[in-house]
Amino acid sequence: MSNVIEVRALRKSFGRTVALDGLDLTVSAGEVHAFLGPNGAGKTTTIRILLGLLRKDGGEARLLGGDPWHDATSLHARLAYVPGDVTLWPGLTGGEIIDLLGRLRGGIDAKRRQALIERFELDPAKKARAYSRGNRQKVALIAALASDAELLLLDEPTAGLDPLMEASFRDCVNDERRAGRTILLSSHILSEAEALSDRVTMIRDGRAVESGTVAEMRHLTRNLVDAELAGPVRLEGVPGVYDLDVQGHRVRCQVDHAALGDVLGRLTAAGVRSLTCRPPTLEELFLRHYSSERTVAGAPR
Amino acid sequence: MTASSAGLARTGLAGTGQLTRLAVRRDRIGVPAALYVIVAAVTGTAYTFKKLYPTAAGRAALAATGEGNPAFRFLYGRLYGDSLGSLTTWRYGIWAGIFASLMTIIVVIRHTRTDEEAGRLELVGSAVVGRQAALASALLTAVSACVLMALLLCITLPLVALPAAGAAALALAVGACGLAFAGIAAVAAQLTSNARAARGIALGALGVAFVLRGVGDSAGPSGPSWLSWASPLAWIQFTRPFAAERWWVLALPLATFALGVTAAFVLAARRDLGAGLLPDRDGRATASRLLSSPFGLAWRLEWATLLGWATGYAFTFAACGAAAKGIGQLFGTSSALQREFTRLGGQAAIVNAYLAALMLLAGLVAAAYATSTVLRLRGEETGELAEPVLATTTSRVRWALGYITVAVAGTVVLMAVAGLATGLGYGLRVGSAGHQAAQMLGAAFAQLPAALAVAAVAVLLFGLWPEAAVPGAWTVVGVAVLIELFGQVLQLSHWVLDISPFTHTPRMPGGTVTAAPLLWLSLAALAFTTAGLVGLRRRDIG
Repeated sequence: MSNVIEVRALRKSFGRTVALDGLDLTVSAGEVHAFLGPNGAGKTTTIRILLGLLRKDGGEARLLGGDPWHDATSLHARLAYVPGDVTLWPGLTGGEIIDLLGRLRGGIDAKRRQALIERFELDPAKKARAYSRGNRQKVALIAALASDAELLLLDEPTAGLDPLMEASFRDCVNDERRAGRTILLSSHILSEAEALSDRVTMIRDGRAVESGTVAEMRHLTRNLVDAELAGPVRLEGVPGVYDLDVQGHRVRCQVDHAALGDVLGRLTAAGVRSLTCRPPTLEELFLRHYSSERTVAGAPR
Repeated sequence: MTASSAGLARTGLAGTGQLTRLAVRRDRIGVPAALYVIVAAVTGTAYTFKKLYPTAAGRAALAATGEGNPAFRFLYGRLYGDSLGSLTTWRYGIWAGIFASLMTIIVVIRHTRTDEEAGRLELVGSAVVGRQAALASALLTAVSACVLMALLLCITLPLVALPAAGAAALALAVGACGLAFAGIAAVAAQLTSNARAARGIALGALGVAFVLRGVGDSAGPSGPSWLSWASPLAWIQFTRPFAAERWWVLALPLATFALGVTAAFVLAARRDLGAGLLPDRDGRATASRLLSSPFGLAWRLEWATLLGWATGYAFTFAACGAAAKGIGQLFGTSSALQREFTRLGGQAAIVNAYLAALMLLAGLVAAAYATSTVLRLRGEETGELAEPVLATTTSRVRWALGYITVAVAGTVVLMAVAGLATGLGYGLRVGSAGHQAAQMLGAAFAQLPAALAVAAVAVLLFGLWPEAAVPGAWTVVGVAVLIELFGQVLQLSHWVLDISPFTHTPRMPGGTVTAAPLLWLSLAALAFTTAGLVGLRRRDIG
């Protein structure tokens, strides 16, 4: 068994609202997998089905080789979860909550707990009602990271953390990766996903629209070409060229991977003064999938 | 900006009007309901007394009993004169004041500290709203409610043929008492950053006021009867409605209100949004050994509430039990009631019926406690606090059983306290404390299966139909209360009376105990709970 999470054609509706409409998701052991999508795409619903909190309407979901609904409690011994919007019991202190959640999961490593509290600079003696959103997030993160679970389910874990703490969080994720843990990281912070993840699944309206490594996804998509030329060039109607924008001798366009050689040949023939050709950032990939006109951001029409 | 609104902005009151309209809208059900209960209770009491004690001799006898029994003086306060109005003021003056104060405390805290703690005031405060506007609008809402209540009482009491001047005095005294506690609540809201604690401080002040005047009122001429003057609740009867009104006494609660409001505004101006004047105490950096199971969590979150309930039970039932000794004379003077009670078996039977009714009341209120504790499960679920617990190796059933165990244990504790306190209160006055305590403990425990069956319905709904759990469970509690308190009076059919589980519990002392209904009720409670837990295992969470 090398796949920690295997989801096939997963369906879930709430009344008439379809939350998941045939979602596929595969996370293999030891990888950091980013689960990307805009608000309401179905990320949290998927995680809640994987946690056995929600019952699936159709499709298949396997978690750590078991059934997330029927084997929930035994599977939970092997995973830790950080919810997206962390709510805590207002009258309990952060330290108490970390201990409670750790004990309910079957024990907590006191040394790791202490190290994480120092790393995230949390005051564990404060009552939860006094914590800011970022501090509540830290409590949930420390409780999850202090466990020795093989799978971490993190639902938008850095929303509310300041940039310094976000950096600490990235260090932690890299440590966990080295320790061989599997991490499913739901997020809409793309720079974070790009920096941390081995593979990415993008979902939209309850379906996966793209899945693979960031490099693969770039490979399959269009490159952005921005060139300053000596003379005119004709790119209109060339297959594989999109969103062409010619202003005098300046040419900007998107080019399919397969058409790149052809286009570069034409540009060279016209005489290149400057040329940048780069793969899209994850953010641009993301926007291409989710903006209705399917244009790449930053490429004026 | 006009000159006046610029002036308002400088004093920090800009936006008070809009916030008050918002507060009135949010209170459009709760406050009218509270006003209805207060006005109906006071006017209804006057009407009932008029029917039950039509003669001056009957009223004089009732007044003599009321004045003669220290337990009654503790519960209801002082009696001036024996007119219908005097008796109404005695029986419901202080209690109307308590209800009015509860209303203003809840309103003031809700629109100040609760909103502030939840961060809603921050949102509102970023608009063109002055720093003091929330406090001002909360106080305006409380004042409006009190004024409306006083007006209603001024109208309704003369309808049952009470003199207008006395009616006005009683209405104003009760309204002013509500205002005094609005002022106290306004100060409490500035002290702590925690709305629950702020409400606790104000309610604690109300409790202290009740006990102070209870001790003062029941002390008699040789005791510390001056203590009553320290309690805003006693000021209602010191105004002497219907007995040569002393209008100047009204200045006391109004001055308390003015003082409280001034202090609150001064304190509010000196603190930051979200902060309290009392420092937030730090807690433990690590969890105690107890806090390592769902039960430990439920106990940690609920024990303070249970302690509050148990304390209230101890005081109330000790006083009610102590009042039992005089209960025969109280009813014996009304000829209609006398006939009814003689039919039931005379003096001893009257005391037994009264004690049994107390235990029924204890059972009904304990059922409400158990229901609210069970419904905490639903609160944790919708508040997204169940999710982190259920994502651990804790199964849903174990999680739910944590709260259910606390609810059951709490109900047992409350009934034990009710039985022992009633038995001791009565037993110490008749000289057989041990015997009475044991007997009343048994009588209290006889109500347990019924109370738990009511709470088990909450578990059933929570498991099978979570959206309906809160309204449904409280409807069940409400129906049981209505059937038990008014079923016989309204002469409902036996079929309807049988719906309430309390119809089937033995009336002790004096009644006969049969095991069958207790067994059936226990089995029903167990079956409802099991069905609810099975439903919980099968449904979606959240």
